[in-house]
Parts: sequence; structure tokens; C-alpha cells
Amino acid sequence: MTYIKPKFRHPDLQKNKLGYTIDYYEGSLSTLCAGCGHDSISGAIIRACFEANIEPHKVAKMSGIGCSSKTPAYFLSNSHGFNSVHGRMPSVATGANMANRDLIYFGVSGDGDTASIGMGQFVHVIRRNLNMVYLVMNNGCYGLTKGQDSATADCGSKNKTGNINLFEGIDLVSLGLELGAGFVAQSFSGDKGQLVPLIKAAMAHLGFALINVVSPCVTFNNNVGSTKSYDYIREHIEATSTFDFVPEMTEIKTDYSEGEIKQIAMHDGSLIQLNKLTKDWDPTNRSSAMNAMLNAKENNEFLTGLIYIDPESVETHELIQTSKTPLNQLSQSTLCPGNMALAEINADLR
Amino acid sequence: MKPTDIKDPEYFHKVVDCQYACPAHTPVPEYIRLIAQERYTEAYMVNWDSNVFPGILGRTCDRPCEPACRRGRVDEEPVAICRLKRVAADNRNKDDVKSLMPKGPFNPNGKKVALIGAGPAALTVARDLAPIGYEIHLYDEQKLGGGFMRSQIPSFRLPEEVLNDEVNYILDLGIHTQFNHYVSSLKEVLDKGYDAVFIGSGAPKGRDLNVAGREEGKANIHIGINWLSSVAFEHIDKIGKKVIVLGGGNTAMDCCRTARRLGGEEVKVCVRSPFSEMKASPWEKEDAIHEDIPILDNHVPVEFVIKDGKLAGMMFDKVHAAYDDKGKRKLVSTGEPPIFIEADDVLIAIGQENSFPWIERDLGLEFDEWGMPKVDETTFASTHPKVFFGGDAAFGPKNVITAVAHGHQGAVSIDLACQGKNLMDRLDPMVNLHSMKMGIHEWAYDSPVTIDDRFIVPLADKKKALSDRKLEVELGFDKLTGFKEAQRCLNCDVQTVFSEDKCIECDACVDICPTMCITFTENEESEEVLRQKLTVPANELTQDLYVSAELKTKRVMVKDENVCLHCGLCAERCPTSAWDMQKFLYNVTKTHTGCTA
Ligand SMILES: Cc1cc2nc3c(=O)[nH]c(=O)nc-3n(C[C@H](O)[C@H](O)[C@H](O)COP(=O)(O)OP(=O)(O)OC[C@H]3O[C@@H](n4cnc5c(N)ncnc54)[C@H](O)[C@@H]3O)c2cc1C
Ligand SMILES: Cc1ncc(C[n+]2csc(CCOP(=O)(O)OP(=O)(O)O)c2C)c(N)n1
Ligand code: SF4
Ligand code: SF4
Ligand code: SF4
Ligand SMILES: [Mg+2]
Repeated sequence: MTYIKPKFRHPDLQKNKLGYTIDYYEGSLSTLCAGCGHDSISGAIIRACFEANIEPHKVAKMSGIGCSSKTPAYFLSNSHGFNSVHGRMPSVATGANMANRDLIYFGVSGDGDTASIGMGQFVHVIRRNLNMVYLVMNNGCYGLTKGQDSATADCGSKNKTGNINLFEGIDLVSLGLELGAGFVAQSFSGDKGQLVPLIKAAMAHLGFALINVVSPCVTFNNNVGSTKSYDYIREHIEATSTFDFVPEMTEIKTDYSEGEIKQIAMHDGSLIQLNKLTKDWDPTNRSSAMNAMLNAKENNEFLTGLIYIDPESVETHELIQTSKTPLNQLSQSTLCPGNMALAEINADLR
Repeated sequence: MKPTDIKDPEYFHKVVDCQYACPAHTPVPEYIRLIAQERYTEAYMVNWDSNVFPGILGRTCDRPCEPACRRGRVDEEPVAICRLKRVAADNRNKDDVKSLMPKGPFNPNGKKVALIGAGPAALTVARDLAPIGYEIHLYDEQKLGGGFMRSQIPSFRLPEEVLNDEVNYILDLGIHTQFNHYVSSLKEVLDKGYDAVFIGSGAPKGRDLNVAGREEGKANIHIGINWLSSVAFEHIDKIGKKVIVLGGGNTAMDCCRTARRLGGEEVKVCVRSPFSEMKASPWEKEDAIHEDIPILDNHVPVEFVIKDGKLAGMMFDKVHAAYDDKGKRKLVSTGEPPIFIEADDVLIAIGQENSFPWIERDLGLEFDEWGMPKVDETTFASTHPKVFFGGDAAFGPKNVITAVAHGHQGAVSIDLACQGKNLMDRLDPMVNLHSMKMGIHEWAYDSPVTIDDRFIVPLADKKKALSDRKLEVELGFDKLTGFKEAQRCLNCDVQTVFSEDKCIECDACVDICPTMCITFTENEESEEVLRQKLTVPANELTQDLYVSAELKTKRVMVKDENVCLHCGLCAERCPTSAWDMQKFLYNVTKTHTGCTA
């Protein structure tokens, strides 16, 4: 039995702007099944945070229960984290975010954790537009409890035991669009080239950012007939566009021909740059994004990339006008102004 | 790039950096694992089979393997490969070793071979040929076998009994020794009717320094290698209090350290070149400095100073190194007045040369313009069909392990020649590749990578060492330290073997690899472009890329072998066993197969 990750790293590793090499963003060694898509996504999160020069102590990893929800242990060891209860990550994330708005809230959930037990919490956190990344590692099954069909399993998909799913699957992307999410993307664990910039853009987005990542479960749902297997996804994958995330102050070097290219400015000065591949799709137009999803479904395509973005979206703190300063930086007298202040409020309400 | 042909034995051989760099291609990780398992005798035999002198080399080898060692590319320092060899030698069971070696009398094959010189090259030929029936006649002008290993390498680095043991293993194979026998004519030897003659006479001539005062001072001016051999054979046992050693190579280091032990109190090494460019190995310089011997660099000798008809010291010109556009070095005088250094004795250790006054030039054996015999680099054949060369005699002064490697190949050639076969009909190396998988997360080798720094070999007390020429300075690793040092070895012979037909391109191996060796990407025509495309660009050009055939997604797997830790994590994380860890054994084919560990 070995299973210890050696301490040595490549001697030529680059440093990011903060002076860290990528291994500073690693987590402990994964205990998931060998070949699990979730591990690849962890790898993409590590790379995205490294490349985006994220200070690890400015990140809070939030999760529920499931193999997917275990992954925060496998990336960003130097960040904060809260592994909550099954399906309840959104409310814990909401509480944390309300108390300290200065952190990046990185939520990781599974399709079971989100679309079954956690559905109630999921829809509400979207409508409140909590400033967080919500990444679903979607394998179409309950991996941790041995592979039962989940609510995102497609109708007609066959699982490992040979059973065909009779029920309609929930499409989390369409649901997010419907509920008003300001950043909606879809990707595949096996496509880091696309996933890494998407994660960077999601972290830069102010407001709720949903990324639904199909992530094959090698042990229970990678069989022939499954619509969430490596082979099936690779055969049906279509990208909305090429996708570049350009951090602020960087010169734009891509040489796309005029007309196909679209640039979207983010609130922090960074840019998203797209070269559109999908016809009649405008990523800043919600109904066109919804249409693109419907069309893809009709054509049996798995549409990936950025689906929709509203760079102007207004997040919870702005909506409810909370303090600009995190609660832990307020003095006791500000936090608890005393009986006189309470009396004043009460008098106002009389 | 084309997919890598892993069936070519040289591909994986190159991955085992130490073995590849070793002139005799000793299977290093194989013996290091045996040491870790306390199987010292077997570790010794793996060495003996390939390098013939494990105890000697474990103390004195030039260790070209260590600068090549992979560990040195990920850690501060390489594995102490050489000193581990000594652990095997020191702890072997001598009776068991004897029983594993070929035992005579051997069935004679009717062929007789003369070996001239009893250094490591000729002794290797003897060991390889005697067990397959050759009658070996070994000539040396010295009274005992070993060549320079006996006459030059001082006893404080190589104790006599270690040398005797390993020379005798060979002589005990029924070798006919003709010691105290200077061969003054090759023609005479050939006329005796030998089927082949191997010349392993070394490079026995020390270079002199003919500047003013050389003749007048000659009583106190000595050629380094002659002086060392006089010390070794106990013709000389003292030297003056003040000694200058000229030269910056390993011979100079042995001279100055020996002088310290024979009464030299103020011993100085004076070398023309800058310190960093001296020829001596770094560890030999360290050892000299440790014995309070200053090394004065940029000192060019001008003349021997004679007072009252006796050597009084030497004058030096101080220089600095200047380099022209082509990087060629010139030593330029600083213009300072010459420096006088007092000395009772001077040892000249500025190089050695070959010399073959005893070889007639009309035997059909051709020499080049520098007086060196024409020798084939693969077969070691000369232009005379019965005469072969090896060791320092073949291509000038090198080291023991190179002499051994030459000896093996010379023996193969002699065996082929005696059978009337073509000398190029050499057998390929023996290779073997087999899986180390025993179960999930379970391998037949210690795959975890330790983080220990290289362990330091303890030394004998300095005062004691300096008062006894024969006291060995290095004490060697004890068993426990030997084990810990052995665990630093990365097992580079346990190869990562990839089967593209099994890969589902899940990226698990990419994500787990601690040193980011693996990239899945579109292939490129040019290796240069592909190297730059990898997750970490592969800039170590001496290290190969392992490129797979095209995968389902039209990409290829590319692995940069450079800093692979052979930790096996890729294979542990692979859901389909597309990666496997397989032990690769590479053995240079020699004449005899008489012993197996
Ligand atoms: C001071 C010094 C220190 C060294 N230290 C090291 C070291 O630490 N590690 C290392 O790897 N290498 C070392 N070397 C180099 C190493 O000793 C030689 O490279 C190696 O011994 C060469 O082996 P060989 O078989 O070619 O012949 P040699 O070892 O040179 O042996 C040749 C033998 O042939 C005999 N001979 C020559 N001509 C005749 C003749 N006509 N008739 C009869 N006999 C003859 C000589 O007496 C000698 O015994 C050192 C060399 C010197 C000078
Ligand atoms: C309240 C509660 N109900 C049920 C469970 C059992 N349970 C654990 S994980 C899981 C499903 C996880 O599925 P998903 O979120 O898709 O994660 P995956 O393992 O597939 O990544 C369930 C039902 C639980 N832990 N807690
Ligand atoms: S780590 Fe071990 S096997 Fe690898 S080069 Fe060094 S000694 Fe040889
Ligand atoms: S053995 Fe595999 S995981 Fe380990 S360093 Fe080499 S390629 Fe990477
Ligand atoms: S882990 Fe195995 S199956 Fe997955 S990409 Fe690597 S070699 Fe292929
Ligand atoms: Mg799931």
C-alpha cells in the first residue's frame, strides 16, 4: 500500500503573480475512484485559481454531501472550507457570505446534492443572486451511495445494472436560466482547456455563477447506454464558442476575424472573449441562451461553454443593502448599537 | 512525432539514468533495492557481474552515474550510488560470494590468451574468458596484480585487503600469472603462439616540467605517479616538511594527501587554472582541503629556485583566465611580481601519457600521429588481427570503471576472434520487462518517495588518519544509513508503460502526477514544438519524450521522462490499467554467464 503523494515537484514550475507555484493550490490526495471525472474538475479548479492569482486565504470552499462534495478536500488546502449537510450547502454559503462578503465563495455540489435533496435550497440561492460560484459535478447518479439514478439522469439513459431511466431529467442549466442566474455555463470534466477559463470567469463574476460540469462516474455510470459516460459525451459535445478569459490590464492578442468575435467586459475590468460557434446565439440575451439549450436538446447535442452572462447582475448584498464591511471587521458597538438604537427602530415602526 | 518504440531496449535503458551513464551499465537500482532488503551478497554479485570490482569501485569510482542520477534533478543531491556499492561489498558474506562465483577447473577450450598489464582492464578480460575455457597468461612488471589500483590509488582511500580480495577472486580462476615480468617486446609475446593478446598496459608515463632549475633540483623534484607508486611499494616513506604539488587533477590530490601522511606539514597545491576549472572531482578537492591543504589557483610555475645547490622553492606567475569568442580559455598574467613559495620537495602531477616503447612498429599494428595505437571503439581490435587494447592503453587515461567496460568488450571480441567469427556479431543486451503490480495500490517495489537529504559518509579522526598512511579515511555507511540512502533511489528501472488501447482519456494520471510529466495534446510534426506545448515545457533535451499512438480524441499521450519520480501514482490512478509499472532489466551481454545472483 503506497498512496502517498511525493513532495517533489517539477523544478521548472512557473510562479504566478503572487509568487506561488501551482502546488500551493493543491489539496490532499483524492480518495475517489481512480478515473473519476470529479478529480479532473479539482485539477481544473487548482489550475484556475493558480492562473487567476487567487490568494488561497481569500477563498471559502463550500459543499454538501456526495463524492463531489468531498472534493474540496482535494484542492486548495490553504483555503477555508465548510463541508455541510446533504443539500444544505446554499444556506450555509448564504450565512457565511452575509457575514463576510470579502471572500470568494466556491460551492461544489453533486447532481444528487443539488437536484434531489437540495433542490429547494438551490432554486432560492439562485433567485437571491448570492455572490458565489456554484459548480455541479454532474454524473447522473448518486455516486457515494453506489450509483442510483439521480434526478439529472436523462430519460432513456441506461445505468450499470441495465435499468433504463423512465423519468425526465432535470436540466440544471435551463433551470438556472429560468430562475435568473447571471452567469450560466456548462462543461465537461474531460475538457480542461474550456473548463479552466470558465472557472476563472465565474470567480470574476459578481453574483451567482452556475457551472454544470458533466463528470463521468467511472464506477457506476460509464457504461454503454449511459448518456453521462466519457464516450457518450465526447460523441455529442458541441461548444457554443471558443472561450477566453482575459484578466484586466492584459493586451488582447487573439486574431479572430471580425464579426464572429464578442467581448464582454466584467465588473472588475477583466474581459470575456468569445468566438461564436453556435448560430443565433447571443450570450448576453437570456431568451437566446434558453433557445440555444432547447435546440441542442432537440439535436441530441451536449452544449458546452458559456451559455449566458449578465455582467450587470446585482448580487444579494446590493439588493438588501448590507454593510460594505465584513461583520468580523465591525466593532462591537457598531454591530450591537444597544437599547437606545433598538428603541428608535421600534418607535419608527409604531 | 512518431510513437515511441518501447521495444527498442535503448529507450528504457536511457530512462535508467545511472545505468545508462555507467560505462559498464551496472544495473544500479537493482542492487540498491537488494541493499535495502539487506541482501548484500546478492547486491554484491549484481555488481561483480557487471563491474568486477565492487569493493574497490565503491570507494574509488569516478562515479559518472551520480551527476546523471535523476534524483539530482528533483532534489539537492543525487543518490550516493557509489557509497552504496561499498555497503554491499562491506556487508557481503564472503563464503556465499565465493560459492556464487564460477569455480574452476574449467573445461579447456584449447585457446591461449596473453594479457599485458594486470590493471582492471586486463583482469576483467581474465575474469570473462577463464570460465569459458581460455588459458590466460597475465604479465605485469609489478610484483602483484591490480595495476594503478595498487600502485597509484593510496591505501587511505583503498585498503590493501579490499584490493587483494577482488584481485584474487580473478586470479583464483586459474590464471597463470607472470608478475615481476616486464614485457619488452610484443613480437616475443606473439611468437609464443598465443591465439590473442590483450594490451592493458595503462598510461604509465608521468609528464615532466622542464623549466629552469629542474636538473639542479632533481633530488627533491619527483614525478607524481612514480612517487606514488614508490610509496605504495614502500620504497619511499618520508618527504620534506614543505611540499609543493603541481597540478589540479586527481593525481595531484592523491599526491598532496599522501605527502601530508609522510611528514609534509605545509603542503600546498599550485594549479594553473581557476579553482572551479580544476580537473579533480569536487569530492577529492574537498577531501584535500579538509586535510588543511590550501589550493592556490591561477599559479603558473616559472622556475625551480635553487639555493646552495639544493631546491629551495618555486617561482609562480599569477594569472587570470580570459576567454575568447569561442569560449577558449587563455591564462593571462596579472602583471604582479612573481610569487616565491618555499619547498623542500616538489611533486609534479600535471598529467600522464601513454608509452609503448616495447611494441615494435613493424608488426602490422598501426599507430596514429600522436603515438596511439589505432583501436576500434566497439571491438577494441587493433589493426593486428590477434591484438586487442583496453583501459588507459586504448584511448588515454580514464578511470577504473571505463577500463572494466573495455575489458568486457575486449573479451567478447577475443572470444569471437578465437572462434573465427566476425567481431561485429555481438549479441544484443539481455532485457526483461515485467509488471510490478501486486494488487490495488500494491507494487513489488517501494514506490513511496522519501524526502531524506543525501547522507554524509563519516570520516576517521583527522589526526589519526594523517599519522597513518594506510588508515582508511572514509568509514562507509553503517547498515541503517545504507538502508536510508538506498530508499532515496527512485527506482528508475521501474518503467511507466502506456497502452493506448486501454486509455479512456479521463485525465486521472495527468492530475495526480506530482511532477506534471504527462500531457494529452494534439501531436506535432516537430519535437521542438511538441516539447514547448507540454504542461511544463520539456527543456531538458537529453531526456526523451514518450509519445503514444493516436487516441480516440485524435490526441496523443506525451510523457516527458525528465523528472518522473517512478512513484507509480499514474498507474494507481488509472481506472483501466492503461499505465502499468514494469521493471526493466538491462544487462550488457558478456562472454560468460557463469554467475547469477
Ligand atoms: C594517482 C591516480 C589516482 C587514481 N585514482 C583513481 C580513482 O580513484 N578512481 C578511478 O576510477 N581511477 C583512478 N585512477 C585512474 C585508474 O587508476 C586507471 O584509469 C586505471 O587503473 C586504468 O586501468 P588499466 O587496466 O588500463 O591499466 P593500469 O591500471 O594502468 O595497469 C597497467 C599495468 O600494466 C603494467 N605494465 C605496463 N606496461 C607493461 C609492460 N610493458 N610489461 C608489463 N607490465 C606492464 C603496469 O605495471 C600496470 O600495473 C587514478 C590514476 C592515478 C594516476
Ligand atoms: C440527509 C441525507 N440523506 C441521504 C444521504 C445519503 N446520501 C449520501 S450522498 C447521496 C447522494 C450523492 O449524490 P451526488 O450529490 O450526485 O454526489 P456524487 O456522489 O454522485 O458525486 C445520498 C443520497 C445523506 N448523506 N444525507
Ligand atoms: S534515482 Fe536511483 S535509479 Fe534513478 S538514476 Fe538515481 S540511482 Fe539510478
Ligand atoms: S510514475 Fe507516473 S505519476 Fe509518478 S512521476 Fe512518473 S509519470 Fe508521474
Ligand atoms: S488515467 Fe489511464 S485512462 Fe485515464 S487518461 Fe490516464 S492513462 Fe488514460
Ligand atoms: Mg452525482
